[in-house]
Amino acid sequence: MRKLIDKLVFTICSLSTVLVLAILALIIIYILANGVLAINLDFFTKLPKPVGETGGGMVNGIIGSAIMVAIAALISIPISIGAAIYLSEFGKGYLAVIVRFLVDVLAGVPSIVIGIFIYTIVVLPMKRFSAIAGALALAIIMIPTIVRATEEALKLVPQTLREAALALGAPYWRVVLEIVVVSAHKAIISGVLLSIARVAGETAPLLFTALGNRFLVTVLDRPMASLPVQIYSYAVSPYDDWHSQAWAATFVLVMFILIINLAVRFFIYSKE
Amino acid sequence: MQATSKGKMENISQEPKPQDQQNQPSTKIEIEAENLNFFYSQKQALYSINLKVPEKSITAFIGPSGCGKSTFLRTINRMNDIIPGTRVEGKVLLNNQNIYAPTVDVVDLRRRVGMVFQKSTPFPKSIFDNVAYGIKINKLSSSRAQLQQMVEQALEQAALWSEVKDRLNDSALALSGGQQQRLCIARTLAVMPEVILMDEPCSALDPIATEKIEELIVELREKYTVIIVTHNMQQASRVSDYTAFFLLGELIEFDETEKIFTYPKEKKTEDYITGRFG
Repeated sequence: MRKLIDKLVFTICSLSTVLVLAILALIIIYILANGVLAINLDFFTKLPKPVGETGGGMVNGIIGSAIMVAIAALISIPISIGAAIYLSEFGKGYLAVIVRFLVDVLAGVPSIVIGIFIYTIVVLPMKRFSAIAGALALAIIMIPTIVRATEEALKLVPQTLREAALALGAPYWRVVLEIVVVSAHKAIISGVLLSIARVAGETAPLLFTALGNRFLVTVLDRPMASLPVQIYSYAVSPYDDWHSQAWAATFVLVMFILIINLAVRFFIYSKE
Repeated sequence: MQATSKGKMENISQEPKPQDQQNQPSTKIEIEAENLNFFYSQKQALYSINLKVPEKSITAFIGPSGCGKSTFLRTINRMNDIIPGTRVEGKVLLNNQNIYAPTVDVVDLRRRVGMVFQKSTPFPKSIFDNVAYGIKINKLSSSRAQLQQMVEQALEQAALWSEVKDRLNDSALALSGGQQQRLCIARTLAVMPEVILMDEPCSALDPIATEKIEELIVELREKYTVIIVTHNMQQASRVSDYTAFFLLGELIEFDETEKIFTYPKEKKTEDYITGRFG
């Protein structure tokens, strides 16, 4: 009987694993099959053609996504790492508990709500959709992920390492910045990269903020295109040509996320 | 119980002093604990410790796990300050200055009282930078050349120079356990402390690495006051001049090592060193 239960548990767990892998494999294969056919050099270099004409590309979306994700990273990385250092190294008592709770709540807020929030406080006063509004929305989504990943990384640094540096007569702030953060740098950078991969695919917070643009713009107070929003608008359109372009964009986005995940793997296991 | 032990403690702590004066009349007291009580929140971990450690000597703290020997060691460089909820009563004097006085700069105190830990704790930096770190933060060198010379000297003192001189820029994490521990000792020596505290420095090392560290400790006596916490009674008898025996947060006996191991005055000490408990 004991052996039977053992086998049963093993079988159920194995089947679940196979199911999970199968879903992921199907998604990737489906995107590959549809995306590879639609992708070409024009996709990376040309602007969208007007409705009715075939061809063209999504260079506006690719550059737009890159700009907005980069600005979001520039805003959120210092804030998040600073907050994580506070929580791990200085935060004692109620304030830290409250901050940690709020970060968890923020992580659970649906991304469309964050889009609406930025719409209210940035887009309405500015009276126009803009790249900076999109970047701010993405930055808010990145913050909780980076804070928690960094805090966990810092907490894994052994206490004796802090004590050893203090025992040499180092002031605490130098111990934190030069020993603790440096010891945890791999895990911190991994957390940052994974959060970038996550927001690169966010659509909802950009719908009310950056909106989208059929042209390539690089000024931040104008509406800006992004890959996810372009995928959305092309996928719901009635044109077959646009559908295949949406597949190509999906393919590029998934590859980007896959490459970042692989990079993180290699980075973590690489030797000093 | 506390009152009686307190009385007893004072008697004991008085004893080594006249003996020191007989043997070495000029011996200066480096570290002195006066009625030291220590608390982790509500739990008392040390009960009115009175102890005088002469300078340039090696003192071993022995006793079973949880007896307070490490806690006491960590009161000498105020390392317990960073544990929330801890409290100290009484005094610890370093060269007649109370290190718990409000005017004391804890960062400077820790430079003067170095510490080596049970588990070797190399920083994720190169061998050179591990030793140079303390010199740099305390601004002890005025030029690159002087820094290099101080690093070399510290590694020499820790008997590690010949093994690492060709790979100073390699990561310290690539060294063996024994080498890492000697690197930690070199790092401590580099900031020119007066006292070196060692918390079971050999407990994670094999016998050969242990022997090297022990030889090193004996050499350190010429320049430094060394206090070593150890679970290994052979080690205490091999390296130390004085031995303090702790039990349940009390200092039971403190005397010259030879006397502790041959004619202990207290029955509890005798029971412990002969292996009847602990």
